[in-house]
Amino acid sequence: MGEKILMKGAEVLGESAIKAGCRLFFGYPITPQNEAPSYMAKRLPEVGGVFVQAESEVAAINMLYGAAASGHRVMTSSSSPGISLMQEGISYIAGAQLPVVLVNVMRGGPGLGNIGPAQGDYFQSVKPGGNGDYHLITLAPMNLQEQIDLIYDAFELADEYRNPAMVLTDGLLGQIMEAVEFHREKDLSSLPAKPWATTGINHRKKNLISSFDLDYDRLEAINHQIQDKYRIVKEKEVRYESYFADDAEVILVAYGTTGRICKAVVDILRSEKYSVGLLRPISLWPFPEKILQQLAQKSTTKGFLVVELSAGQMVEDVKISVNGVKPIHFHGRMGGNVPSPKEIIDIIKTIQWEGK
Amino acid sequence: MEMELLAAGFGGQGVLMIGQLVALSAVDENKFALFFPSYGPAMRGGTANCIVIIGDKPIGSPILNEHEHVIVMNNPSFTKFEPLVKKGGHLYVNSSLVSEKSTRSDIQVHYIDANDLAGKAGANVAANIVMLGSLLKVSHFSAYEIAEKWIQKKFAGKGEKVVKINLSALKAGFEKA
Repeated sequence: MGEKILMKGAEVLGESAIKAGCRLFFGYPITPQNEAPSYMAKRLPEVGGVFVQAESEVAAINMLYGAAASGHRVMTSSSSPGISLMQEGISYIAGAQLPVVLVNVMRGGPGLGNIGPAQGDYFQSVKPGGNGDYHLITLAPMNLQEQIDLIYDAFELADEYRNPAMVLTDGLLGQIMEAVEFHREKDLSSLPAKPWATTGINHRKKNLISSFDLDYDRLEAINHQIQDKYRIVKEKEVRYESYFADDAEVILVAYGTTGRICKAVVDILRSEKYSVGLLRPISLWPFPEKILQQLAQKSTTKGFLVVELSAGQMVEDVKISVNGVKPIHFHGRMGGNVPSPKEIIDIIKTIQWEGK
Repeated sequence: MEMELLAAGFGGQGVLMIGQLVALSAVDENKFALFFPSYGPAMRGGTANCIVIIGDKPIGSPILNEHEHVIVMNNPSFTKFEPLVKKGGHLYVNSSLVSEKSTRSDIQVHYIDANDLAGKAGANVAANIVMLGSLLKVSHFSAYEIAEKWIQKKFAGKGEKVVKINLSALKAGFEKA
């Protein structure tokens, strides 16, 4: 550890999970994340783990459910259409309050779409996509080094809150290679105790894991308990990067790959003395509402530009946070296209930024 | 120091290999590097290109409007990417296969008969490594020995003869530029 190596994004996903103590992976191939299961198939047996290629995504997510119930750190990764197939299982896992880590390497949609980078599954992740009142703790890295950190943290958060955590990346992050360093490695003996797990009864009370209760009041009580948990998550686990946003007239809001590009935009425009900053949500749920509220209140802030690889999804959460205090503009690309810094700069310069 | 490269050609010409060798050599010298491949579903015959950015600081945007160094291995790549060379930048043309000539006066154009030089080195499929050699001479993306080391590592599985051919191809390209 501590040495820079050149690795492909999808393979980084796999190695990060292993470093976080994950020894069980269940998945089904889909581009642009095939290198993740392929890496796990090779690596997991080397560290005493198990890789299973399921017969479908539906099977994979249910294998994950079972393995998580036994108390192990488990992960699956897939891309947009595959994640859609998993939604029922994800809802069950959230209902059963099990810690799992999911990775969605988002690609062009809707439907089969294509294999290019996209961010069109934001709603599906944060609102989220399955039935019932639940949330996925959703983290979005902008480069491969951050991806390593967020996979590690996703395992920690999933265990702490007994809730599925989603790491949301895209086809660009899946396919690029970058120099990365693995700084942290989980000592397997320090994994948190899981007294609720179904490990086989051995002189203890029976554990039952289920997302099913016919009694209305009991099910409502479980829902309240889950919502109480979410209030703590919203209070404690919000993450974002504020980059020159404090005194900026124009504030960009973008996450993941677009967040990275917008950061480059800020560097370029700041060198031209243009007052631009970036608020980059790292946790998409819980969403960094408060900081956006605060930035909107500042007299220096003229408005926001949200940039996404979608028709406009996160922009709705920005609107809820800003609550009409300042104007919000949007620029989105779809179909696998990614805007260049110049494209975004041109948009910033054509918008009429008037203080309100 | 920062360097941006775009290498383009048809599938099978080894343009992704060029990019990977640049990135691997740079990381070996403890630089930051980003390698961004773009290709269709076909292994051969389709178009392929990759972007490589190396530098002393973490790499910013993987998407660029124009490029400091551009390698074109065939005619369609020349047409598409010649206009995207940054002013003052370098265009490396595989003149064995590209018949066109650049009319731009704001860039430096290097015409490298890569397939022919590779043929003399032992196999014309090593044309990509010839281009890598020329790029190395002009851009100094790493020390010569580091690039040699990674060629040895990457081609080790294909036997000593293939390694030798590629090392000769690197030298031929380096001397030509």
